[in-house]
Amino acid sequence: MVKKCRFLLAAVLLAGFVLTLSSCGQDKRVVLNVYNWGDYIDESVIDLFEKKHNIKVNYDTFSTNEDMYVKIKSGGADYDVLFPSDYTIERMIKEDMLYKLDFDNIPNYKYIDDRFRNLDYDPNNEYSVPYMWGTVGILYNKTMVKEPVTSWRILWDKKYSKQILMLDSQRDSIGVALKMLGYDMNTRNLAELEAAKEALIEQKPLVLAYVGDDVKDKMIAGEAALAVVWSGDAIYMKRENPDLEYALPQEGSNLWCDAMVIPKTSKNKAAAELFINFMCEPEIAYKNADYIGYSSPHTEVKKMLDPELVADKAAYPDEEDLVNYDIFKDLGDYLKVYDRIWTEVKSH
Amino acid sequence: MKKYWASYPYLLWMVIFIFLPLLLVLFYSVTVRTEEGVRFTLEHFQRFMEPIYLKVLYRSVKLAVICTVICLVFGYPMAMVLAGNHFKRKQVMVFLFVMPMWMNFLLRTYAWMTLLERTGLINAFLSWLGLPSLNLLYTEEAVVLGMVYNFLPFMVLPIYSVLSKIDKSLIEAAQDLGADDVTVFRKVTFPLSLPGVFSGITMVFMPAVTTFVISRLLGGGQFTLIGNLIEQQFLVVGDWNFGSAISMVMMLVILISIGVMSKYEKENEGSGLF
Repeated sequence: MVKKCRFLLAAVLLAGFVLTLSSCGQDKRVVLNVYNWGDYIDESVIDLFEKKHNIKVNYDTFSTNEDMYVKIKSGGADYDVLFPSDYTIERMIKEDMLYKLDFDNIPNYKYIDDRFRNLDYDPNNEYSVPYMWGTVGILYNKTMVKEPVTSWRILWDKKYSKQILMLDSQRDSIGVALKMLGYDMNTRNLAELEAAKEALIEQKPLVLAYVGDDVKDKMIAGEAALAVVWSGDAIYMKRENPDLEYALPQEGSNLWCDAMVIPKTSKNKAAAELFINFMCEPEIAYKNADYIGYSSPHTEVKKMLDPELVADKAAYPDEEDLVNYDIFKDLGDYLKVYDRIWTEVKSH
Repeated sequence: MKKYWASYPYLLWMVIFIFLPLLLVLFYSVTVRTEEGVRFTLEHFQRFMEPIYLKVLYRSVKLAVICTVICLVFGYPMAMVLAGNHFKRKQVMVFLFVMPMWMNFLLRTYAWMTLLERTGLINAFLSWLGLPSLNLLYTEEAVVLGMVYNFLPFMVLPIYSVLSKIDKSLIEAAQDLGADDVTVFRKVTFPLSLPGVFSGITMVFMPAVTTFVISRLLGGGQFTLIGNLIEQQFLVVGDWNFGSAISMVMMLVILISIGVMSKYEKENEGSGLF
C-alpha cells in the first residue's frame, strides 16, 4: 500500500515536472518589451504580431513622457520599443540613450509622409519612426460659446470667467501664453517668459482648473466652455459630445509628433525593428489610427480611413493652417526657468 | 539572547529601506552636479527661501492645520459616541466608520469630484429646489473638505481606543463626589483622553501637510501644495536636488511638529504614537 502511494506520488510529481518543462518550452519565443502611452494602440495588433513572427510581446503603458524618461533613465526596465514625443526623443538622443535604427530592416518607412521626416528633434532621421501626430488647440462648447473661436485671446475673455480649463502642464500652458503674445514656444528669452507669466497670472482668476486627462470627462459633461486640448483627444470628445468643436488658433500653437524608438536597454534590437516595421504596415497602421483617432503620418492610412475623419480639420489640418506651429524642443537645464515661472503662476 | 537575534531582519530592513534612502535624499539635497563632478552646496535650501516657495509652504501648513482642527472638532464627539454606551451595536458603527477606508483613497476622492462639480449631484439637487448652482469644485474649501473626509478616521480611531479604555470607576467616583457632566468631562474624561487626541492630531496633520493628490483633483491644480512641488521637481523638471531639499524641509516641519506634540504629551503623562 505504502509502495503504491509512493509510486503515485512520484508519478504526479513527474507529470508536474514534465508539464512545467513543456510550458517552459512554449515560451522559448523571443520576448519583446513594448512601452507605450495608455490607450494608444489597437491591442489586437499585438496578437497579430505575436502570431506572425512568433515573438512574445510584453505590453506596458505610461502616462507622461517624464514618467517614461525617469523609468528608462534610472535603468529600472529593459524595454525594447518606446513611443516618446518629440522633445523627449531629442533629450534621449542628446543623452545617448537610443540606438540608431537600421532602416534596411524597416522598409515600411517609405510610407511615412515626407512632412514628418527629418524633424528638428531627429534632424537626419536616424533614431525614430513617426507613429502619430497632432496639434494643441482650443476645444469649445458651441452651446456656451456663440462667437467664432480663432485666437488664444478668447481664453483671456472675462465673459468666460470660471469656464476655462487649462492644461496642468508647464510647457503647454506657458506655450499658450507665449503664442498669444506672438512669441516662440521654445523661447529662452527671459523677458518673453516674464510677459507670459504676467499673462497667465492675469488669466488665473478666469480659470476653472488646471487639469490633465480629466479634461475629457469635464468637457464631455459640459462642465466648462473652453479648454486647451490635444487634437487627438478633441476628436474623441467630439464623438462623445457633438456640441464640442475644435479650433486651431491663428497665432499658432504646438505641433507634436510621437515616434517609435529603440532605447539602449534593448537586448533584441532586430526584433524591435521588426515590430516597428510591422506597425508601419498599411493594414496595421490603419487599425491603430482608426482605433485611437489621432492623426497618422502614414500616407496609405489617409486613403483607407473614413473620409469624414480625413476631411475633419481637427484631425488633418491643411499644411497652410500650420504655419506658426512649433515642435517642442528639449530645453535642457533651461526647463528650470519654465518650472519657476509655472510655480509662480500656480502659487499666485 | 533569542530576542536579540530576532531583531536582525528588522534592523536590516530598516537600514535598506529607510536609512539608506534617507541618506540618499540628504545627499541629493546638499549637492549639485556640475561639469567637474558633484559639489557640496546649500543653494537648494537658499532657493527654497524665496517668497514663492515659502508661500507654498505657508499654504500647505495652513490647510493642514485647518483640516486638523476640523477633524478634531468633528472627530472627538464622534469618538465619544462610539465609546459610549448609547448604542447596543457599537461594533457595527465602528465597522461602518472604517469600511470606506478599505476602498481606494483615489477612488473616494474622485467620487467627491462627481458630487461637487457643476453638473454634479449637489448642484443638480440645488437646481431641483430652484436654487442657483454653486461653484463648489476647484476651491480651497473643496481641498479642505477632501482632506477632512479622507483623514477623519485617523482622528477618531485613536481617540476612540483611548476613551473606551478609560476606567469607568473614575468617572463614577467624580459623579459621587458631586461633579456634573461638564465638570466630569473637563476634569476627568478629557485629560485622560489627551494621548489619543495627540496621536490623532499627528496622524491627521502629517498626511494632510504632504498630500498632493487631493489638491490636484479637488483644487484643480490651482492650489499648489508642498507635495505638488516635490512631485513636479522629480517627475517634470527632473531636478532631484531641489526636490530632495524640499523633502528635507518638509521632514523638518513634521519633526518639529511631532517634537512640540510629544513635549505636550509628556507634560500630560501620556504615551501616544511616538
